[in-house]
Amino acid sequence: MMGMTITEKILAAHAGMDRVEPGQLINVKVDLVLGNDITAPVAIREFDRIGVESVWDRDRVVLVPDHFVPNKDIMSAEQAKQLREFAHKHRLTNYFEVGRMGVEHCLLPEQGLVGPGDLVIGADSHTCTYGGLGAFSTGVGSTDLAAAMALGETWLKVPESIKFIFNGELPKWVGGKDLILYIIGQIGVDGALYMAMEFTGPSIAALSIDGRMTMANMAIEAGAKNGIVAPDEITRRYVENRAKRPYTFYQSDPDANYTQVIEIDVSKLEPQVAFPHLPENTRPVSEATDVAIDQVVIGSCTNGRLSDLQLAAEVLKGHRVSDNLRLLVIPGTQEIYLQAVKEGLVEQFINAGAAVSTPTCGPCLGGHMGILAKGERALATTNRNFVGRMGHPESEVYLCNPAVAAASAVLGRIAAPWEVE
Amino acid sequence: MALQGKVWKFGADVDTDAIIPARYLNTSDPAELAKHCMEDADSEFPNKMQPGDIIVADKNFGCGSSREHAPIAIKAAGVSCVIAKSYARIFYRNAFNIGLPIFECTDAVSASEEGDELAVDSAQGIIKNLTKNETYQATPVPEFMQQIIDAGGLIDYVSKRLR
Repeated sequence: MMGMTITEKILAAHAGMDRVEPGQLINVKVDLVLGNDITAPVAIREFDRIGVESVWDRDRVVLVPDHFVPNKDIMSAEQAKQLREFAHKHRLTNYFEVGRMGVEHCLLPEQGLVGPGDLVIGADSHTCTYGGLGAFSTGVGSTDLAAAMALGETWLKVPESIKFIFNGELPKWVGGKDLILYIIGQIGVDGALYMAMEFTGPSIAALSIDGRMTMANMAIEAGAKNGIVAPDEITRRYVENRAKRPYTFYQSDPDANYTQVIEIDVSKLEPQVAFPHLPENTRPVSEATDVAIDQVVIGSCTNGRLSDLQLAAEVLKGHRVSDNLRLLVIPGTQEIYLQAVKEGLVEQFINAGAAVSTPTCGPCLGGHMGILAKGERALATTNRNFVGRMGHPESEVYLCNPAVAAASAVLGRIAAPWEVE
Repeated sequence: MALQGKVWKFGADVDTDAIIPARYLNTSDPAELAKHCMEDADSEFPNKMQPGDIIVADKNFGCGSSREHAPIAIKAAGVSCVIAKSYARIFYRNAFNIGLPIFECTDAVSASEEGDELAVDSAQGIIKNLTKNETYQATPVPEFMQQIIDAGGLIDYVSKRLR
């Protein structure tokens, strides 16, 4: 009998089965479900229609207002209030108020609410981030969230898996963001449609948890159901003092079945930049340096973690933000923010001429805190560069890693980090 | 249920930000969302479409965010169904869950032009192009999805299970 992939093993365990096959429809128990201030109001409306008294488990239904908070307008305030009231009514233990919250996919791993071997669904497409810890996690809509809030279960189709093997030492300034952008450039925005993307190889073994979460985070940008990295010693060090529940390390069998195996030599890779209006429009940064920009955003569930801020600060050291441009730095969580203060990063950002904000998804989805005017161009460490994503339908978004973002903020155009060294 | 209307054609990779931009997501009221349906793909769409009309799009329709507001906006605008070569997976689930009929049919997408009149037999997945007098067969819906549809959407399906 054929071996199983890590994704298949986690799904089988949660379906109470010995094995599962790609294409099979299964009913699975979920370990945790998640909603935010845009998706949860719809889920709450649907949940109330089901006619059950209480949520399946008040410790495992997580609500994080993060998209339009601190409330950007009256209507957003009403939506955030719905979450607050629902959390209170159902005595949810994991509701995170402004001042204690963070961008959901930075917050949950940090708080130890998700761990290796978990099965998590969230009404946010970037829920796939937790694959960086060796969990199966995927985004769903509000109605699926509502059903899971009542049942503690959901249905899934077992995905086929694509295995990516990354070989070679990562060059300086190249990280998880560049690996995932490079792959999306290769396979396209539907290149892994409905599939699991499994990231393996020596370069991944050397990558930090932050870098792995950045990669899993953008699996959805290739159309994937989930992205995943098998847990190892690096994972153990990250989760052992955080995990609030027991966790399980799964590995793919050597004879597991993959629909495709793609090998990538990273040793010559440059930082990548995705041009408008799709994440697949990638180029090496050296072929992007003639693009003038109006705004740089460093943050989001993709690159708003402490190591991202450290990297940006390292590049900014001794420089000032260009007179022609705004630099926004948005720490992913309160804990990251506080650590950035303690390490002097925030002082460095402010001295360089950047605006530092409380955690929020804000500009990433064109919500608030940095909306673009008609014709403006932003370079961002975020995950999507669709038409109108950060503001006016005739504005543009380019995607990159935090080092490229910082260097570009200094030079006022897209720039490679080595240009400011 | 018979679905009939005029074709509005869109390209590949229409994302959920184009279907309903985030600047309108401070509400989940279907009637409000409908006013901005497809706005960033075609700013005139909400004004020029008629109830019953059909969105026909290339591959990977509904890619990007998980916002259920996207199929809600399309349904509330009065679009009778969507026909595409393929769908992003979250959009696909969401459409079934909220009761927006969607069909996967490469032939219908390739052959149909903007303004053509289509009639769809949703139970059989048969798409007729009345303008061109041609018939296409959509990919059958998985049986489990059909059960959700027959129950009247996921919430009714779950309610029945819990009773």
